[in-house]
Amino acid sequence: MELQKFQYDNKIVKWFAYATMLWGIVGMVAGLLAAIQLFLPAANLDLPYTSFGRVRPVHTNAVIFAFVGNGIFMGVYYSLQRLLKARMFSDMLSKIHFWGWQLIIVLAAISLLLGKTTGKEYAELEWPIDILITLVWVVFGWNMFGTILKRRERHLYVAIWFYIGTFVTVAMLHIVNSIEIPVSFWKSYSWYAGVQDALVQWWYGHNAVAFFLTTPYLGLMYYFLPKAANRPVYSYRLSVIHFWSLIFIYIWAGPHHLLYTAVPDWAQSLGVVFSVMLIAPSWGGMINGLLTLRGAWDKVREDAVLKFLVVAVTAYGMATFEGPMLSLKSVSAISHYTDWIVAHVHVGALGWNGFMTFGILYWLIPKLFRTELYSKRMANWHFWIGTLGIVLYAIPMYWSGIMQSLMWKDFTPEGQLKWQFMDTVNVMIPFYITRAIGGALFLTGAIMMVYNLIKTIKIGNFLANEDAEAPALEKTFAKHGKEHWHRIIERKPVQMMIVSLVVVMIGGIIEFVPTFLVKSNIPTIAQVKPYTPLELQGRDIYIREGCYTCHSQMIRPFRSETSRYGEYSKAGEFVYDHPFQWGSKRTGPDLARIGGKYPDSWHYSHMLDPTSMSPGSIMPAYPWLFDDQVDVSSTVAKIKAMKRLGVPYPEGYEKIAASEMEKQAKGIAANLEKDGMKTKSDREIVALIAYLQRMGTDIKKTATDTTKK
Amino acid sequence: MSVIFILILASLTIAVGFLVAFIWSVKTNQFEDDYTPSIRILFENEVKQVDEPIKDKNR
Repeated sequence: MELQKFQYDNKIVKWFAYATMLWGIVGMVAGLLAAIQLFLPAANLDLPYTSFGRVRPVHTNAVIFAFVGNGIFMGVYYSLQRLLKARMFSDMLSKIHFWGWQLIIVLAAISLLLGKTTGKEYAELEWPIDILITLVWVVFGWNMFGTILKRRERHLYVAIWFYIGTFVTVAMLHIVNSIEIPVSFWKSYSWYAGVQDALVQWWYGHNAVAFFLTTPYLGLMYYFLPKAANRPVYSYRLSVIHFWSLIFIYIWAGPHHLLYTAVPDWAQSLGVVFSVMLIAPSWGGMINGLLTLRGAWDKVREDAVLKFLVVAVTAYGMATFEGPMLSLKSVSAISHYTDWIVAHVHVGALGWNGFMTFGILYWLIPKLFRTELYSKRMANWHFWIGTLGIVLYAIPMYWSGIMQSLMWKDFTPEGQLKWQFMDTVNVMIPFYITRAIGGALFLTGAIMMVYNLIKTIKIGNFLANEDAEAPALEKTFAKHGKEHWHRIIERKPVQMMIVSLVVVMIGGIIEFVPTFLVKSNIPTIAQVKPYTPLELQGRDIYIREGCYTCHSQMIRPFRSETSRYGEYSKAGEFVYDHPFQWGSKRTGPDLARIGGKYPDSWHYSHMLDPTSMSPGSIMPAYPWLFDDQVDVSSTVAKIKAMKRLGVPYPEGYEKIAASEMEKQAKGIAANLEKDGMKTKSDREIVALIAYLQRMGTDIKKTATDTTKK
Repeated sequence: MSVIFILILASLTIAVGFLVAFIWSVKTNQFEDDYTPSIRILFENEVKQVDEPIKDKNR
């Protein structure tokens, strides 16, 4: 057998490792800034760019796609080459992948701070960046499959299946959820509206967690945990079952984010059933990871790398126990819209993704630089500070989440709501402070790690191209006795990809197609009419400022919600909402029926200084809305785009849109003037008030009332 | 409305197909070598580096 000599590309791994460290710190700083603003609103510096509604998407996008994203690529580029006994397919593709991804991150950060957002959580990036992501993702896949095709190892190790599953599913999720119609270069509307948009978005949102934060990291776990412990994985057979069952079940779970909302009941139940089933593969994987350390626990005592990995896998176990539990309708009734969910995702993000990344970095950097870690003591300190940070983050959020939810649902013996919404905000403050301390500790640990690794890099010698040798792969494969049936799939990466795609597509199709096709799922309501041009502009300001990060627009059919907010939300009310803005968190009250609840002047004063109308409010002020003019030039394009999406504006409406808009704006300005507030009718605040006053009012009109359009 | 039944039926057929294939594979002892791959990754054929000068950090 011919022994072939080749070299592993360590340079690309090094680059991705550096990017992981850099963006990790950036993303965590953004998170800390957002956390501080929740008890100290002034920390937003009164600038549009640093207000909560913009910083929060920067934080989530940075930690998910920049920190974890680069972490995935770092781990994949290192392990894939060694598992396949081959250099990456193309150094050029590796470079394009690396720089393309960093470009996306920079563009994302700038555009989000500028308020360029689609308003769909975790998919906020506008359409030009969406296209760029697709292209770079294809480059990644091309490079990976190219490497798989020229491999020198016949069997595809379990980690590689996870990478393949990740690539295929993320591609599909991203494309389906990002279908949008451009209005201008930095503005688009989601193709889907209301209930359908919600279903697509949370199908995406849930699977972003599943296939960006979970499956690739499980692949990394199956490589780096055995390597760091120098022990084979506990059960290879379990890992086979783990992979197939996980990708098959995960894709169905999305609707558990929409329990008790206006999504069809059968879709909710489907989501619940599969979410509960998810505990089996998830815990199978977790147990497989932990039992890999059987007989090696003495190493865990000494080795910071293993400590990080063990806590990461444990956090994965906790989060995946909690996930199915939160998916139960009765639990969701309490937990949805509260800090409980924030705690849940941070056990996953800080524990599973964060600690896994730290563990891998501590193991990888000394290996790449052929030296010992600069300070093991400091790494151990990082571990304990980070762990304390997670505890101080999660426990207050669990506590406050449950407490706030119970307060929302509390009635007096006379049958009145016991607490004003503001009462339930005021009691949150100590918890928000503790949470920020937890986050700051976690960040401190990460900074210590970066320092420790820079020191390690300084004393080490980097090896850009590592020599390796392996026998060439035989052209034809001779069967040796009885074979596993699935070996056929594993040997052929292309088949493997197709099978994965089919498996995940089934889940998507069965949930979407009926909702799209079956009219009865979305009862149309005759009184619900399209937004006026001014309201549409106001809605886009609402989206731009990220109001959905703190306010929901979905009243669930509970007595506690209908007495607080009004009639529960119906599917037919959202048919013109491109995109839907249901939100997922109630840091502030629900806004679905805010329209008409207060006079225009209330909103005017409230947006200028929220505490003037609601003492104790932690909402930031939006002074720039009072200076900036509405971009009138975009109105025609927006109306046209909406018409193309099927919104029934009358024929030629875009021609009279500008005058209609002016008329409505003048009316609101006159209204404000009556209450002693002088403002020009072309300011953004006027448009925003128009939208807020429209929200949820349509169904209150009687069918004969045609006075208002 | 009827499209739901068709879709659910089609999807369940495939889903059950996977389940059957899985159970069948277990029953027919096809998970025989589920050990070697897990061991194999632990071994790297370390090759003595000759072409790379030790002090060249910029590469």
